Amino acid sequence: MLELIVISTLNGILFGMLLFLMASGLTVIFSMLGVLNFAHASFYMLGAFFGFQISRWFGFWPALIIAPLLAGGLGALVERFGLRQVHKNGHVAELLFTFGLAFAIEEIVQIIWGKSPVDFRVPPLLDFPAFTIFSTNYPAFKMFMLLVSVIIFIGLLLVLKRTRIGLIVQAALTHPHMVGHLGHNVGRIFMLVFGVGTALAAVAGVIAGPALVTQSNMAGLLGPILFVVVVVGGLGSLPGAFIASLLIGLIQTFAVSMDGSLAGAFGPLSPDYAATWLSDIWNVTIAQIAPIMPYLLLVLILIFRPMGLLGTRDT
Amino acid sequence: MRKLALIASIALPMLGGTAMAQETVKIGYIDPLSGGGASVGEGGLKTFQFLAEELNAKGGILGKKVEIVPLDNKTNPQESLIQAQKAIDSGVRYLTQGNGSSVAGALTDFVTKYNERNPGKEVLYFNYAAVDPVLTNEKCSFYHFRWDASSDIKMEALTNYMKTTPSIKKVYLINQDYSFGQSVRTQARAMLKTKRADVEIVGDELHPLLKITDFAPYIAKIKASGADSVVTGNWGQDIALLLKAAADAGLKVNWYTYYAGGAGGPTAIKQTGLNHQVFQITEGFANIDHKTSADFEKTFRAKVNLSLWYPRAVNEMRMFAAAAEKAKSLEPVKVAQALEDAKFEVFNGGDGVMRKDDHQFFQPIYISSFGERTEKEPFDEENTGWGWKLAAKVDTKDTMLPTTCKMERP
Repeated sequence: MLELIVISTLNGILFGMLLFLMASGLTVIFSMLGVLNFAHASFYMLGAFFGFQISRWFGFWPALIIAPLLAGGLGALVERFGLRQVHKNGHVAELLFTFGLAFAIEEIVQIIWGKSPVDFRVPPLLDFPAFTIFSTNYPAFKMFMLLVSVIIFIGLLLVLKRTRIGLIVQAALTHPHMVGHLGHNVGRIFMLVFGVGTALAAVAGVIAGPALVTQSNMAGLLGPILFVVVVVGGLGSLPGAFIASLLIGLIQTFAVSMDGSLAGAFGPLSPDYAATWLSDIWNVTIAQIAPIMPYLLLVLILIFRPMGLLGTRDT
Repeated sequence: MRKLALIASIALPMLGGTAMAQETVKIGYIDPLSGGGASVGEGGLKTFQFLAEELNAKGGILGKKVEIVPLDNKTNPQESLIQAQKAIDSGVRYLTQGNGSSVAGALTDFVTKYNERNPGKEVLYFNYAAVDPVLTNEKCSFYHFRWDASSDIKMEALTNYMKTTPSIKKVYLINQDYSFGQSVRTQARAMLKTKRADVEIVGDELHPLLKITDFAPYIAKIKASGADSVVTGNWGQDIALLLKAAADAGLKVNWYTYYAGGAGGPTAIKQTGLNHQVFQITEGFANIDHKTSADFEKTFRAKVNLSLWYPRAVNEMRMFAAAAEKAKSLEPVKVAQALEDAKFEVFNGGDGVMRKDDHQFFQPIYISSFGERTEKEPFDEENTGWGWKLAAKVDTKDTMLPTTCKMERP
């Protein structure tokens, strides 16, 4: 039992940190530009595929640096020449633009790399069990993922709290117009934030690619959960996104390990109801509904605390 | 004059269109070409296209060219019906589908109803991989033919093999949460109970179909249960990711699977280092000592750059051609009648028969394990260096399970 708790906690934190790498960029972009970037998870996918291709040519370590830079550069270009042009036509147009972009990126990735998973391996240097806990190996690569996420989290926090550009970004989060009136180049800040945000998603892609499966639908699988993180954490709140990421990571992981059901708690259902819909509800285990837990959380948060856990603005 | 030209310009291409349609046999391939099932769906499409080319090189079916029409159903039953209707509207009379018994259930209903309402315009549904037993039992249809062994046949063979392995003490079941996964779990439970009453089932998991990105939490649970063997019917990315997570956690168990050989599976097994501890049950695999299928495999790999996952697809297409030749017609009902009780030398060698009672194809079944190769195993998988090795063979006559099907014939 203890083994399961420890391993689940580790897995949950790891998944949470991975979510945070993506959600941090998304939440900042969301609150600054007022646009839900549907294509955000696509940059995660691009990161994974760039990482795959570059690690083929130069090895994993250069890929870890180059792939996010490439994806971030691409993100900045998208903001500068795409979103900013579309911005004139209002938020709906922007939303549709990112929506279309997500499809376009997926199609392009499929054209280049195909729809089957690519063989993105963990670098040999990290391909060993970091430690063994109750006879379960914990892979070194996962510890490395955790380390990278923590470093980026701390770095991001320092940049936002301690540097001038961070202060401007923070100000622009809550009062974008005021920042513009003060003479800062809001456009450039937007481009920078978009670039950095997508680069962070790409980092997540490069480190998640070898651990999970790198294929063209990976964006679609993680995309929806990102929005849950952003809404639950609170719009524009980095600490909120951090807490929400960990919360969702842990909830999902722990729910999987629980076998409880109504039948388990209250005894089997009377045979009279065995063939009805009630028996489905009665016998479904928590593990089976684990994947919908985050969305349940989303609904509850929207009803009882629409501004999110640490948010200050209404969504 | 101008009017005449206008009519001609509209009517002529239409005439041309019908003339063209009569020269080809169109087979609507309805399977996932995007989403979580895309990796296997795309492999299937390439296989069927290769087989169509093979037939065309020999002059097609009754002199007509065979054409595969790809239709993306996103592993979704509703989407599949839309695609099926679209295909039928464009003149397709033969549909083939494999991935997802939920899709297959919807399609077989749809085809049966369509045929009742449109006599003379019947459509046949060739199922090459959806193995839910219901399809050839309660829900059997005259218009549905299945070339893969049903899940019950596979589980029967798999549990017979497990019976001979006394080291199995604790079994964990993990399956996808839909009709097929549920049938695997209930059959595994029932058959293990009768064949190996001493085996304890320490876990019975259902997870969402093609939606899980990281199986690490499930692996932790399997580990905590103390299981020594895992039985799973997972396919597509669900088996690849499951094995990958097991590799990462260093889970050392024996795996009894239906589809470990699909896209990504072999790569993940190589990573686990489980040498000949992952078993798969299929109607054929590359390293069977059989000349013509080995030659086919070589050409197929060179051309398509994939291993042949679906020897049953070869059986399907070749039997379709043979049935049409026998009926001397491409009318679906006549082809269906010719297929009933049709005997066929299967792709990997041995007898096969399409049983008339339920339209289930019976063929030899192989259990193979994945690991290091000897000179007897010339083919590896996904460039891992490892390949499938024969563990047990079940002859056609031993796969014959009874059916409850009451077939309604036109």
